[in-house]
Amino acid sequence: MKILVCISNVPDTTTKIRFNAEKTEFDKTGVQWIINPWDELALTRALELKEGSGGAVECVDVASVNLIDAEPTIRKALAIGADKAFRVNAMPKDAYFVAGQLAEVVKSGGYDLVLCGIESSDYNGSAVGGMLAEFMDYNSVSAVSGINLDGGKITINREIDGGKEVLNISAPLVAVVQKGIAIDPRIPNMRGIMMARQKPLTVSEPTGIDALTSFETYELPAPKAACKMIDPENVKQLIDLLHNEAKAI
Amino acid sequence: MSVLVYTENWDGKFKKLSFELVSYAAKIAEELNTKVVAVSIGNVEKAALAELGKYGASKVIVVCNGELNNLDNKAYNAVLAQAAEKEGANVIILAHNNKGKALAPGLSVKMKAGLISGVTGLPSSYSPMVVKKKSFTGAAFANVKVLSEKSILTLFQNSYAVVEKNIEPSIEEFAPALPAINTQVTNVDKVTGKILLSDAEIVVSGGRGMKGPENWSGIEELAQILGAATACSRPVSDEGWRGHSEHVGQTGKIIAPNLYFALGISGAIQHLGGVSSSKCIVAVNTDKDAPIFEAADYGIIGDVRKVLPDMITAFKEFKASN
Repeated sequence: MKILVCISNVPDTTTKIRFNAEKTEFDKTGVQWIINPWDELALTRALELKEGSGGAVECVDVASVNLIDAEPTIRKALAIGADKAFRVNAMPKDAYFVAGQLAEVVKSGGYDLVLCGIESSDYNGSAVGGMLAEFMDYNSVSAVSGINLDGGKITINREIDGGKEVLNISAPLVAVVQKGIAIDPRIPNMRGIMMARQKPLTVSEPTGIDALTSFETYELPAPKAACKMIDPENVKQLIDLLHNEAKAI
Repeated sequence: MSVLVYTENWDGKFKKLSFELVSYAAKIAEELNTKVVAVSIGNVEKAALAELGKYGASKVIVVCNGELNNLDNKAYNAVLAQAAEKEGANVIILAHNNKGKALAPGLSVKMKAGLISGVTGLPSSYSPMVVKKKSFTGAAFANVKVLSEKSILTLFQNSYAVVEKNIEPSIEEFAPALPAINTQVTNVDKVTGKILLSDAEIVVSGGRGMKGPENWSGIEELAQILGAATACSRPVSDEGWRGHSEHVGQTGKIIAPNLYFALGISGAIQHLGGVSSSKCIVAVNTDKDAPIFEAADYGIIGDVRKVLPDMITAFKEFKASN
């Protein structure tokens, strides 16, 4: 089995979100970039699956659609333990465009299990994994909180609206994963960082797929009014405010 | 032309979310001068199906097939795509929940329909379709334009108020062709007797300030009094005090209830990303400089273990007299 993990390059989770003066683009000034947190968990679990497979998992590779400035993030994925990396050299226009590009990587590499994080922390589309499955005509499962391989059998824990399910599904498969898939993301060690420099990072040019949506403008939420402080000895005032002012109860 | 809405059911019943979706679809259909067609998959009684008309569905398409008892993305999307084609739907609306997120992307590719996921309000333009969605995990909104002829929108729970239209809908059975079912569900563990985080209008959430899982009975009691769901911050789920499914925040669940209680939660930026869309936030924390007070509407500076019992007493009194 060959596993591919799709990686998105996102601003560090503590980034103060700002836009340009026209409000048409995210302001990248001074931003630290990281592997999208869910993708990092996906990679961690993929490596655990490979290590526990007794050789049945041949490789865990990563792919990303992005310009060259995303390479440090991709190298980090290699340092964590991915075998090879692929970068499609294009600005990620929208989820449809990205999934279409990733489909080319999946096809040429013959991957039978693809892991994608459930959403990216920047555009929050929750779309690339499901779209990739449709492009490939692969099976897909979303909201995956656990995945195990037993011979050719794939067992998955999935969250549903109102509970959890355990299911079996066959490869080729795209699993869209969320929290719970791995406990903590792996952190690269010094040996991993050294080895990552030698690992192959293949760059390809995008194929002609048009985006279906475009991000026009951005807005920041309206600033909140100051918090009203309530005396801890007078909790009844809170109830009065929630009932009569906020009309929340 | 029509606006198609997928109304999911839970053990044969619709929820407020279903009615929000139909109400939202009805407003869009009105703007486009067309009608709403709801798609229901599974066994739902006729009276419940007709209720979708109350919120604006002119027609309800019912697909009953034992093969569809469990969610199989390919099979469900085959149903939705065939229904959309049959009804000439140009706009398709799903919930931004686990099922909607599982289906909308595949449907988008299948139908070459631009997907805007996680919308929180009506389009600002209908031709082309432009809708505001959450981005940067609640820290911003993006106005997204659909470039294709057809569009798919997934709507956040609790972001559109239900509106009654009182239409008597036609109910029509539909038997679309299904692909082979590949998802074999072997075990289902449904949450019973508790209000789901995704459905809750009020959420009571605890953080590290609760000091340990043994103090959670207060949170559960307050939640019970208020008919609320319980939640927690990331350190709490990482420590194993509560399950991962209760974690709200950037890497956990993103919620937008009417009322959110942050008890002993300092409000790291990652936590706020998951809850900042709540309509009203109440925070209790010992640290007056905790960032949660910048996001909160009402705050109490104090030890939550002391304040919570007083809150429980006061809310009990309130509920008894209201």
